[in-house]
Amino acid sequence: MRRRDFLQGVAAGALTFFFTTPLGSAPIQPTRPGAYPEDFNAYLKISADGRVGCFVGKVELGQGAMTVLAMLVAEELELDPAQVDMCLGDTDLCPWDMPTGGSLTMWHTAPVLRGAAAEARAVLLRMASKTLGAPVADLALKDGAIWVKAAPTRRTTFGELVKGRKMERHLGKVKPKPLSDCTLIGRRVPRKDALAKITGAAKYAGDLRLPGTLHACVLRPPAHGLTLATADTAAAERIPGVRIVRDGTLLAVLHPQPDTARTALALVKGTFEGTEPDVDDVRIYQYLVDKAAPGQRVMISRGDLAVGEKRAATVVEEEYRNAYESHATLEPHTSVAKWEEGRMTVWASTQSPFVLRDAVAEALKLGQDKVRIIAQFVGGGFGGKLVGPGAVEAVRIAHKVPGVPIQVAWNREEDLFLDTYRPAAVVKIRSGLDAGRGAITFWDSTVAGVSQGEAELAYDMQATRYQAPAVPGLHPLRVGAWRAPNAHTNAFARESQLDALAAKAGVDPVTLRRRLINDARLLRLLDLAVETFGWEPAPGPTGRGIGLACGAWRQGLVVALAQVAVDKTTGKVKTERFLEAVDVGLVVNPDGARQQVEGAITMCIGQALSEEIHFKGGRILDKNFDTYLLPRFSAIPRIEVVFADNAAMATQGIGEPPVVPVAAALANAVFDATGARVTHVPFTPERVLEALKRLPTK
Amino acid sequence: MDTTVSFVLNGKAVTVRSPRDRMLVWVLRDELGLTGTKVGCEAGLCGACTVLVDIEAVPSCSTTLGDVAGKTVLTIEGLALDGQLNPVQKAFQEHHAFQCGYCTSGMILAAWAFLKKKPRATRTEIVEAMEGNLCRCGAHVRILDAVESAGKAMGGVR
Ligand code: FES
Ligand code: FES
Repeated sequence: MRRRDFLQGVAAGALTFFFTTPLGSAPIQPTRPGAYPEDFNAYLKISADGRVGCFVGKVELGQGAMTVLAMLVAEELELDPAQVDMCLGDTDLCPWDMPTGGSLTMWHTAPVLRGAAAEARAVLLRMASKTLGAPVADLALKDGAIWVKAAPTRRTTFGELVKGRKMERHLGKVKPKPLSDCTLIGRRVPRKDALAKITGAAKYAGDLRLPGTLHACVLRPPAHGLTLATADTAAAERIPGVRIVRDGTLLAVLHPQPDTARTALALVKGTFEGTEPDVDDVRIYQYLVDKAAPGQRVMISRGDLAVGEKRAATVVEEEYRNAYESHATLEPHTSVAKWEEGRMTVWASTQSPFVLRDAVAEALKLGQDKVRIIAQFVGGGFGGKLVGPGAVEAVRIAHKVPGVPIQVAWNREEDLFLDTYRPAAVVKIRSGLDAGRGAITFWDSTVAGVSQGEAELAYDMQATRYQAPAVPGLHPLRVGAWRAPNAHTNAFARESQLDALAAKAGVDPVTLRRRLINDARLLRLLDLAVETFGWEPAPGPTGRGIGLACGAWRQGLVVALAQVAVDKTTGKVKTERFLEAVDVGLVVNPDGARQQVEGAITMCIGQALSEEIHFKGGRILDKNFDTYLLPRFSAIPRIEVVFADNAAMATQGIGEPPVVPVAAALANAVFDATGARVTHVPFTPERVLEALKRLPTK
Repeated sequence: MDTTVSFVLNGKAVTVRSPRDRMLVWVLRDELGLTGTKVGCEAGLCGACTVLVDIEAVPSCSTTLGDVAGKTVLTIEGLALDGQLNPVQKAFQEHHAFQCGYCTSGMILAAWAFLKKKPRATRTEIVEAMEGNLCRCGAHVRILDAVESAGKAMGGVR
């Protein structure tokens, strides 16, 4: 059943819930922001036909939340995941939740949901025990039926037990099934969104087509730092059907046809005022370093750097950079908003329904109960849809045209212009290795542009100092979370630096890490990665083009191995093989987890090799995919994924960890292939050629 | 200037009153309500809007209504026949060859157009055929696997 069908079912009252309260637009679960409801009825509702509805404030971004959450409920209630109807991201119907990001779904929400399902199971069994006159221990359940094991004809169903009532009994915390009894966890399960997505039936925010919809195109300044001063809309208004809405510096052209609204917008002549930042994509790095310098703070400090420097036999000092990078979700930001009877409803491509609800309430000075966000299928998020400026534009416009659904769908140029980029950054590291090549004697790291988040890994270091700036408004462009924020920037620097130290000291990169790693789990993962890859490490550069990097996102650990071929005349890097060994604890949905790893590797091949926002002042020069270069099929290598067998550890998220070491592994592979170190992400052909030029001529 | 344009859409004759230079993607999505065709770049760069015109895969964002007058257009909605999934759709389902799904309609149609001509393609040929279609989620490896196995399934019945 598709999500829409399900919601229509809800609206039509086709489902009989535990509740006696009628279902309407009133919130079912009065949600206290910041807390998961304790009543399992908030998450699970059983209809008369025994189907289980599961309500969660997360969103399906493509990461498979819909499937894995259904698996957890199905596991506890002994159902097929297909028997669980998921309703995600509707702030009226779903209990409060955090944004869908930061790999939090499996870490935070999953245990809550599993606990709710476990309690529901226990309550259902007790109800059945009373109805069937048999002790709980004598009962069996499967596919929504409960029967007496010894007399299977004495049976009842979830639907019969619950019929139109709320399950009043509560048992408090009930332990989920032990892993040994689980039949779904760890198995491949068909994705619940498959049929909708392969037939084109899946509805994204732009696909709603509510009757009477007007498409709104917003007048954009040519550059960041500028806002609208005056506008001449006369020519646009001559197009039949055009309406103009203005709210402060927001001016939108409305038309029933999306393409006509866009054409009319082009006829609006605006003047803009303000000051553009005085920086560009070349000067940005010095800009960040200079601007950050006065605000640098020591975040972590251990041991004496000066003593460590004296003990060092090999010292490397290097500056690592990365450019601004766009999320570039294939679905640009899109929202539909409707202001009706004092309530604002927003159908949005968002990762954060509840945050967006509060932002909309704030923007319009409404109570939170006057706003409803309904997340649709979202065409990719990656951190780019954690905030919803497009949705806020839609509600501001809709507020001025009551009763009319307003669709704001950014085009690619707007999406690249208005995105919250992965921050450009500079990481400077000076560090040393002892003569025995087994100890880092000092490690001094200063960043500008990001934090020191996940800068450390489980490596022994005798003296360390990590500095990061506390400078608000450091960036001239809007920045935000981009899959594994901070962590991938810092891992690129750290793992490149270790590789450089190893090469300079003539030790192979695996042996050096084995000597430094002080965590048994990471050590095992390193062995797993190297063995699976089948690599005989040797001090680099070996000419084979193989690079290694490790990374972490909270408790999730990853070891990456990349193999590349570098064309020394063009500077083009071709990734030939990429392997990741991943330890994220218990893997609930192995195929879904594997998809996340494959996707992260693929995405970060673009991050490492081609994706960069070019800008001059406040002008974003990349308008489309002709200059903003996402990886295409020919860039994709053979990808291998192996998971550590670590069912004893609680499930960690999988969205971010596999992102972390990708660029570093590729940079180390380029070094292994050529002897040239690339230190600037993305390492485009030009940057690789520059690095090759710096090589001493033999 | 509105004109009347007729073509065959998913097996049925349709007549549309719209300017001849209106882009097909808007005619499909806005006029005819077929929203399975997606919009990602409006410049022929991403393939999200791919449809089949006669037997060629084309970006409907860069194809005008006039271009398809008298021709046959196939969109994702017309691919499953009598409720039976097309072999490429089946393969995408089996391989989970998508994540967010926003590129999927375009991917499936590009692959179908290619495989109809060449079901026994090599991996390299498949890569070339799919090069114009972007996937941000990184489902590429699975998409290639799916196209390869769909090709086998189609080649098998010939
Ligand atoms: S929308 Fe047509 S190719 Fe991108
Ligand atoms: S599945 Fe998201 S763009 Fe391909």
